[in-house]
Amino acid sequence: MADIPANAPEHCPGTGSGEAGKSSACQGCPNQSLCASGVSAGPDPAIEEIKEKMSAVKHKILVLSGKGGVGKSTFTAHLAYGLAEDEGKQIALLDVDICGPSIPKIMGLEGEQVHQSGSGWSPVYVEDNLAVMSVGFLLGSPDDAVIWRGPKKNGMIKQFLRDVDWGNVDYLIVDTPPGTSDEHLSLVQYLSASNIDGAVIITTPQEVSLQDVRKEVNFCRKVKLPIIGVVENMSGFICPKCKNESKIFPPTTGGAEKMCNDLNIPLLGKVPIDMNIGKSCDMGKSFFTEIPDSPSTMEYKKIIQKIQDFCAETH
Amino acid sequence: MESEGDSNNLSGVQHIILVLSGKGGVGKSTISTEIALALRHAGKKVGILDVDLCGPSIPRMLNVHNMNVHQCDSGWVPVFVDQEKSISLMSIGFLLERPDDAVVWRGPKKNALIKQFISDVAWGELDFLIVDTPPGTSDEHISTVEALRPFRPMGAVLVTTPQAVSIGDVRRELTFCKKLGLPVIGIVENMSGFVCPHCTECTNIFSKGGGEELAKYAGVPFLGCVPLDPSLTQTLELGKDFLQEFPKSSTYTSIVSIAQQILDKASDSSS
Repeated sequence: MADIPANAPEHCPGTGSGEAGKSSACQGCPNQSLCASGVSAGPDPAIEEIKEKMSAVKHKILVLSGKGGVGKSTFTAHLAYGLAEDEGKQIALLDVDICGPSIPKIMGLEGEQVHQSGSGWSPVYVEDNLAVMSVGFLLGSPDDAVIWRGPKKNGMIKQFLRDVDWGNVDYLIVDTPPGTSDEHLSLVQYLSASNIDGAVIITTPQEVSLQDVRKEVNFCRKVKLPIIGVVENMSGFICPKCKNESKIFPPTTGGAEKMCNDLNIPLLGKVPIDMNIGKSCDMGKSFFTEIPDSPSTMEYKKIIQKIQDFCAETH
Repeated sequence: MESEGDSNNLSGVQHIILVLSGKGGVGKSTISTEIALALRHAGKKVGILDVDLCGPSIPRMLNVHNMNVHQCDSGWVPVFVDQEKSISLMSIGFLLERPDDAVVWRGPKKNALIKQFISDVAWGELDFLIVDTPPGTSDEHISTVEALRPFRPMGAVLVTTPQAVSIGDVRRELTFCKKLGLPVIGIVENMSGFVCPHCTECTNIFSKGGGEELAKYAGVPFLGCVPLDPSLTQTLELGKDFLQEFPKSSTYTSIVSIAQQILDKASDSSS
């Protein structure tokens, strides 16, 4: 895929970049005039192939957050579980967190492998109507580190979008790594012709997290990605012994609620901390079945309903 | 002219420590900040380099998020956190026009800035330089480790939370250190146990003991547990010095002990 040609200088901005051929690093590069002419900035042929593939997918949802460890993967997994409760729907979950794939562990799929078939990579099935794909399935051992720079990660994402044999799918949910960099740009770029329904943004209540999430909102606006809404995770903890609530991650600046008001985006819900969530994730089980009557489960279900409503409206 | 190292901005830095974690949101920036503050209380001069380009948190944690960096003859002047100039900080947060601006950069551009951060910041004389990193094992990490290699960093502090999902990512980070030849100073387990302020019942929200087990399994030192403490989160939100505000808490004891182990290790390596 080579966003950066092999013979490019060290600080090559990438052939697809707006700076291509114009940045100071381009001086003296053999490809400079080609890049400057804008030829290489033309659409990647993969975009059309991916569009083809994605025509079998009704709804596409990205789960994003500027900050790490706020619960993107937990949310993604449970959004998938929740949607898959309707047996008539086919759900696909794609984990593009290349360096830190958590989905296999959370969904109890560690050690699973993907298989190659005539029509592409076969995903791993959790249930008949819930298929999962992650870089975790391609690693030999849980200690294997994926020490890759951007272009290689982008190639992987392209393959994931183009070559996985999902079949007909109602919802494709994409879990992402934290930040606003290669993985995110590539996703949006490769899916540019395939109509993403929107992004769900996850945050925790404290300002240190919100400041990263505001960046993510700006990212969505820059790349014209619709925002379905924000989920505030880890929003208060009820002590199992005395039932009093503590704000472990204090919303010193008003939490997600104020941020959503300020930025004029919907708040989908606030999920309280429940230690059983982390426990079920470690065991690779859905906490919907482990703790069906927890307030967190109820809140999750409400949020999932809102997302379904949003998607039903757009199509 | 003196030695050739004289031309370099890192030649006055005694020890370089990287703070890493495969997983996001486990407290890398928190631990970086608290280690810096603890080393300052021990009378050391500390610099912090924040190479988390897409989500810089340290400026806010040290309450300097409205400051700007300036230029001098030898490069960028870092932002001083206190009047005594005992902690200095460089972060992309200082270079953004508006705090909510997203840095939507691909790898090569991030790598270029990291190289500049490592070569062009006029740190002056420092006992410790702490490098805070984003989650993962990708561009930022490879570039940082490669650019710092000539200055022989003392090693990496790996931060994890106790649950298995996080430990999995840290195992990968250990492999990263091994592959790149970066020594591991030790593992810190953050958010291990929450003491209810109402009834003092301790709940292990994110489980417990995972970090220590991993350290044993991997044969690297375990530096200690830092509990989930709302007053720590609160002071960082407000940009205050936790160690000054809560010297009686068990969190204080843990942080100081982690910093002490780093000090011991540093004096071993320089003697």
